Amino acid sequence: MWNYSDKVLDHFMNPRNVGEVENPDGVGEVGSMACGDALRFSFRLDEEGRIAEAKFQTFGCGSAIASSSILTEMVVGMTLDEAGRITNQDIAEALGGLPREKMHCSVMGREALEAAMLDHYKRLGRGVPCTLIDQDPELCHCYQVKTSTVREAILRHGLETVEDVTNHTKAGGGCTSCHPEIEALIAECRAGTQVPAAAPPAPAADDPRLERVRDLVEHDIARALRTDGGDIELVRIEGDEVYVRLVGACASCPSSQATIKGWVEGQLREHVDSALVVIEVKM
Amino acid sequence: MNVEPARPVDLFAGLQPPAGGVYMDNNATTRVAPEVLAAVLSYYEEHYGNPSSMHSFGARAGAGVDEARARVAALLGAGSPGEIIFTAGGSEGDNHAIVGTLHAYPEKRHIVTTAVEHPAVLGLCRSLSKRGYEVTILGVDTKGRLDLDELRDAIRPDTAIVSVMAANNETGVIFDTERVGAIVKEQGAVFHVDAVQAVGKLPLDMSASTVDLLSLSGHKLHAPKGVGALYVRRGTKLRPLIMGGHQERSRRAGTENVPGIVGLGAACDLAAANLERENTVVRALRDRLEEKLLAAVPDCRVNGERGNRLPNTTNISFDYIEGEGILLLMDRAGIAASSGSACTSGSLEPSHVLLAMDVPFISAHGSIRFSLSRYNTADEVDYVAAVLPRIVERLRAITPFDKERQTF
Repeated sequence: MWNYSDKVLDHFMNPRNVGEVENPDGVGEVGSMACGDALRFSFRLDEEGRIAEAKFQTFGCGSAIASSSILTEMVVGMTLDEAGRITNQDIAEALGGLPREKMHCSVMGREALEAAMLDHYKRLGRGVPCTLIDQDPELCHCYQVKTSTVREAILRHGLETVEDVTNHTKAGGGCTSCHPEIEALIAECRAGTQVPAAAPPAPAADDPRLERVRDLVEHDIARALRTDGGDIELVRIEGDEVYVRLVGACASCPSSQATIKGWVEGQLREHVDSALVVIEVKM
Repeated sequence: MNVEPARPVDLFAGLQPPAGGVYMDNNATTRVAPEVLAAVLSYYEEHYGNPSSMHSFGARAGAGVDEARARVAALLGAGSPGEIIFTAGGSEGDNHAIVGTLHAYPEKRHIVTTAVEHPAVLGLCRSLSKRGYEVTILGVDTKGRLDLDELRDAIRPDTAIVSVMAANNETGVIFDTERVGAIVKEQGAVFHVDAVQAVGKLPLDMSASTVDLLSLSGHKLHAPKGVGALYVRRGTKLRPLIMGGHQERSRRAGTENVPGIVGLGAACDLAAANLERENTVVRALRDRLEEKLLAAVPDCRVNGERGNRLPNTTNISFDYIEGEGILLLMDRAGIAASSGSACTSGSLEPSHVLLAMDVPFISAHGSIRFSLSRYNTADEVDYVAAVLPRIVERLRAITPFDKERQTF
């Protein structure tokens, strides 16, 4: 029998704030039923930008339910900046501690909060402050393997299959729900190591949209990214495809994909042409 | 909300737990029978001698061990008490049978077992496979059944031992060990049966059996923990696992756990006397619990072949919720059972038995095993059947799983 604190048992037996917030400002989902842990977290902001209400739904063990429950109490009254600084240790401490084997339950709480905030920025059509984002998220939750560990193994050993990755890092050896992510990472790493066949074609100078795209990317968008220590360069336009390169802090930020899709593309579509698609070029 | 700490407010309103709680985790361990306890006490207080000693204290202890050996042999239908070796429990018996056989047949390097064995067998086999032995692990179908043709094909000339459990600890599903044994003997391998869950619940008769080695554990049949027995058919080649003194005719060294052995003997007598009761009264209680739960709770199912199980065991999956939460709330209602959920063990995966049966993850995580004994009552069954639907409803209200979308 786990040695759960009274606080864990109380929040499990009488969970607070169960359900989904109506008209939420952000909803985050993490985990999977296969792993035995799944959590949906939603919140609503007040006029001052503080979290007015937070609710959860959790499939999981006692400590997963307790972690979710106490998180919904912890975040109320916080700004998103403040909430973004809550760590999984904070959640575990608020519960009076968790058994070592159960710390991943607090991690899941932290991840759900993060996912809900990401969702919030996506709803706003804004870029995500890099400070909010775990720069190296856990890829395999079963064996707690970081994305960077998997990436390094793929690059160093030239791994080509999920099975290779599992053999080298244990990632993917549990519930298998991260296999698509591992496959994507393998594809990304292998694409990154391939020498480009030829120099990229020059920007289509005759495209009438080029000037407006260049103006928007290099001025308005770049200025916004610089406040977070990042930057953006326009590489080229081919048809409706706008190729950009993220630099500075944004280049190493795992949420850059969200930044591009959620915001840059939205800006270009709104101000230039709704047919435009943004594609990120890695170094 | 100011609540009394760690009680689910209002969840069990109107339900009165039977005094002392409801224990339905008898496949994990059992209450020591009062008759067993009574038999054991004098071996702590008076007959505490070492059976190897040359004095009356030792002789009295030795007589207790001899008597117990005869009782265990009688329950198993063994040809002679000499076929019984006392051990420290089921895991030792399993290890002794497999390792002792491999050492007796050094030229044979192959083992056959099943995917649903107890960790005492599977963990050992995993370790042996890293030390040069080859292990074939037979799968089961969705009802937990073995394919005997697959078994026949798996056995080779260099197969030293085939180890197959009599009944599964998690689902209660029974393997037809006599049909398995007939195939094993045809091919000349040693046949070991882990009968830890079967002894006292199923009739066993070694005098008319193909089994060479059979392990059992005391604390699963109302004897104390820390004692068990290994049946070794006369003529079976087996090397000792624990070496040292000449105890157990040099087959198992170490001063005998005399009180435990006496307790096991007494428990075997009781088991023989209660075998009928297990298969009528206890079975009826199990069926009553199962039927009531299946009727009262939507989206739940019995794991394993229903018509071919131990009479005391039911393993039910409550979809969309997780087993640990169910157990914690049941514990608050005074009910003890277990779960195949990953979270209850600290491991990463749910029950290897349910996964081997291709039970979906979503059902495996929410599986609960109720294992009854002759000490359970109909009132207890009705109480559990009244409590469980409330617990399941409470946890399903928290789960994000969307039944309509079959996703979350």
